[in-house]
Amino acid sequence: MVKKMQAQEKKSNKKVVAAIGIIVLVVVVIAAYYSLGSGGQSTSTTRVEVITINGAGATFPFPLISKMSSEFSKLNPSVQINYQSIGSGGGIRQFMVKTVDFGATDAPLNDAQYSNVTGTKPLHIPFTIGGVVPTYNLPGVDTGLRFTGPILADIFLGKITKWNDPQLVGINPRIALPDKAIIVVHRSDGSGTSFVWTNYLSDVSPEWKEKVGKATSVNWPVGLGGKGNEGVAGIVTQNPYSLGYNEFAYAVINKITFGAVQNAAGAFVLPSLQSFAAAVSAASTVLPKGDESWSKISIVDAISGNISAADAYPITSFSYFLVYKELNTLPGMDVARAKALVQFLWWSIQVGQNYASPLSYVPLPASVVALDEATIQMITFNGQQVFQGPVIEG
Amino acid sequence: MISRNSGFRKTENRIMQGLCVTALAITLIPLLSILTSVLVNGASVIDYAFLTELPRAVGESGGGIANAIQGTLILLGLAILFGVPVGTIAGVYLSEYQETKLAWIVRFTSDILTEFPSIVIGIFAYTVIVLYFRSFSAIAGSVALAVIIIPIVTRTTEEVVRLVPNSLREAGIALGLPRWKTITRIVIPAARSGIVTGIMLSVARAAGETAPLLLTAFNSFYGFSGLLKPIASLPLYIFIFSISPFPDWRAKAWGAAMVLILMILGLSIMIRFATRGRYQKR
Amino acid sequence: MEDGVESLSSNAYPTFLSKQSRIKRPIKSTQKGRMTSDRIFKFATATVSSTILLILAAMIIELYTQSKLSINVFGLGFIWGTVWDPAITQVFGALPLIYGTLVTSALALLFGVPLSLGTAIVLSEIAPSRFRSPVSFIVELLAAIPSVIYGLWAIFTLAPFLRDYIYPILQNTLGFLPIFQGPIYGLGVLSGGIVLAIMIIPTVSAVSRDVLFAVPDSQREAAQALGATKWETTRIVLSYGRSGIIGSIILGLGRAVGETMAITMVIGNRFDIFTSLFAPGYTMAAVIANEFTEATFDLYLSALIEVGLILFIVAMGVNVLARLIVWRSLRMVRGVVFE
Repeated sequence: MVKKMQAQEKKSNKKVVAAIGIIVLVVVVIAAYYSLGSGGQSTSTTRVEVITINGAGATFPFPLISKMSSEFSKLNPSVQINYQSIGSGGGIRQFMVKTVDFGATDAPLNDAQYSNVTGTKPLHIPFTIGGVVPTYNLPGVDTGLRFTGPILADIFLGKITKWNDPQLVGINPRIALPDKAIIVVHRSDGSGTSFVWTNYLSDVSPEWKEKVGKATSVNWPVGLGGKGNEGVAGIVTQNPYSLGYNEFAYAVINKITFGAVQNAAGAFVLPSLQSFAAAVSAASTVLPKGDESWSKISIVDAISGNISAADAYPITSFSYFLVYKELNTLPGMDVARAKALVQFLWWSIQVGQNYASPLSYVPLPASVVALDEATIQMITFNGQQVFQGPVIEG
Repeated sequence: MISRNSGFRKTENRIMQGLCVTALAITLIPLLSILTSVLVNGASVIDYAFLTELPRAVGESGGGIANAIQGTLILLGLAILFGVPVGTIAGVYLSEYQETKLAWIVRFTSDILTEFPSIVIGIFAYTVIVLYFRSFSAIAGSVALAVIIIPIVTRTTEEVVRLVPNSLREAGIALGLPRWKTITRIVIPAARSGIVTGIMLSVARAAGETAPLLLTAFNSFYGFSGLLKPIASLPLYIFIFSISPFPDWRAKAWGAAMVLILMILGLSIMIRFATRGRYQKR
Repeated sequence: MEDGVESLSSNAYPTFLSKQSRIKRPIKSTQKGRMTSDRIFKFATATVSSTILLILAAMIIELYTQSKLSINVFGLGFIWGTVWDPAITQVFGALPLIYGTLVTSALALLFGVPLSLGTAIVLSEIAPSRFRSPVSFIVELLAAIPSVIYGLWAIFTLAPFLRDYIYPILQNTLGFLPIFQGPIYGLGVLSGGIVLAIMIIPTVSAVSRDVLFAVPDSQREAAQALGATKWETTRIVLSYGRSGIIGSIILGLGRAVGETMAITMVIGNRFDIFTSLFAPGYTMAAVIANEFTEATFDLYLSALIEVGLILFIVAMGVNVLARLIVWRSLRMVRGVVFE
């Protein structure tokens, strides 16, 4: 009996020891990693005050923003940019409720959202350009299958159901299209990519415009829904005879076959950095000032009727940073953080653009850079202009 | 009616045991398949750098999940702190005082809570905590995880405590112990192993949840910077990197998944070892 | 409580004491002290337990206030509306979602519970003790796998396997049934149900295993003394632990109903009242996860939250049903332990 009680004591001691062990482990781990907590500058004798700027928004530009954040931090070790890709709409919403310092979106604020901002104005700063491409999985067929806008719209409406439909065969005379049903794949989550894609379909198909419309999330007539770019890509690559749409960068990097789309000039244009850039310059309609509403701005719309832009890829779009004009509207903002944010924005449209092409993003043309420079100089904190000239070191 | 003679019963015995073993075999197949996927895709990614570095931008070699590991430990630690005591105590109450009306209501409520999608719990924590502080925070993430943990622990604790034989309770009363001492000194230790199972299950579940953290902890590419600031975590890392276009980032996501699974395995082994009780005859 | 004399039917004494011992006795002061500490303990634990009520109440209030807009606009029609159009008409209806949730959860239980119970029985009754610990660990490990990984594995491994090998067989043999007709994508409702089943196995089997462990050996010994076979003994053990096993099933159901990430990667995300199990579908949890961060206007947001509210109501309904089943089956058992 006594032995049993002693054994019991031992065992409950063991339990206590184990619990303490776990707590100690956690504390040690946290302490050991604490050097990471202040930006990795563990050996400096003076602890530099690290400023963290939080941003949220579209998944499409995430790789570029992460690259730019990293490079910027190398030049400014006291500033950390923490951008999380929760989606364009998420970025807009968190921007509106002011839980983040800046947003990023593929779709500009619409009229309602623009007018909901009180006390100051939201600024749109386009910082990169991308394109949405039709991706497909056809055994034996390589990249470059031709599509037209109306054909794509009819496929996504469910009116064209087979790969060897006469309309597809007509524009692809040298390719043997199989007598198989087209498995349509679209995005199930709300997304800027869907916005651009449906924008295009609305422009080329009055029926689509009337029945389905353009938005980050629509009532898709047919097809499977995949979550995210990778969801669509996953379904497409795993299912022969499927057709979906993806961001160009995603398709290129993962070697997914994508098609050429006919533009308003009648040419079948293969998506590429050059054809996106051509689209942007063809759409060099008057872009609004940064603090005005960009709700009507769409490269897709601008070139949908442009019969002279022969090299332009029709499904191209900007990605925008969203920033408040008067930064004191953000809780927790101060002069130092305002400066850091503005410096990052300025750098991203200048030096940051060098990192675009290697990642399959299109660098901004000079006209847009100039526009953005003017916009960034509008930013104030407590009435004072924040931007005082480019500063590279912290 | 089938005649239940010994021949029939023997065959029935064989068949049913065979079916059960088949069930186990079928269960193990997808498990091994998933573990193999994780191993094949992730093992090559894990090295010392991976475990101790912060994430790096695309195109740069190296980079790792150090902050995600730290963040997961912190989030889970806080969630366990908030959730496990509440769940365990509630489970004990539901079992020992099951005749009260409150017990009936709490049990019902707890069961419903287990069926809430984790995203809704995340939205709730977002509305209540993130919007209040106007900032994503580790606290919000832990609270969301705690709300996931509590009903699971409550239910499992209740069930195993209830199964402690009444002879033990009666022995306590016979010795003149007040009821609460009977419960805490005799009944709970007897059910210790089952309670630990419930805790481990809920912790494992919370460790792998992504949705509730999206709008609460938000994620960070840097180390821990305060309880009221965004914080990294392994499931978020896995989520973000698995959906990226870059194959090497996706490989890192699998590596992170493997680290997460190993962490939980390690925790599970440690806890099991420490709480092997004297009633564990099996 | 009358002074000095305590009725034994009050809560100071456990109710499991048999009726014969319920005699009134005067109380000594030490007993009074014990009773106070007992009452404090009971009160303390009751208070902590009420936190759960508070949490649920807070969530319901939140859900309700945020979905009021949608409730006002759509009323009850939301429940049987079948259109989900955030773009043109801005009309939302949840019927396909409710349908999809119920079907996938049912499939998850259909496949998951037998497998889990079989596993639990093996681990607790049949397997030699050397195997028990390692195999139990491995099964519990399934619980730690992040749902994103389940989803990825399902897209790249499970769905192609099912599409190429299993589903064609089903369609060839049972294709006369409407649930096995139609085009086979690999992704869809049946695949979703299977993934959910795999996800609930660790929970259901681990808890059931512990429940079976906790069944006293006296039960097994009694059965064997009467000449029962192993299986018949197991049946008795199962019956003894019935309440706990049902509890584990409810936990598993909770996971199935509330799963967001993995299911949305597998189910095809289509707003349809499907008839074929091979077709894509949608669940309430999946739609919230997919569209919540992108909901760009208030009615959209409110509609999504209302889906969450409906999910709560459906969960409540399922639980009430489960309670009724348990209550009725327990009432038929005579004994001291049960409610």
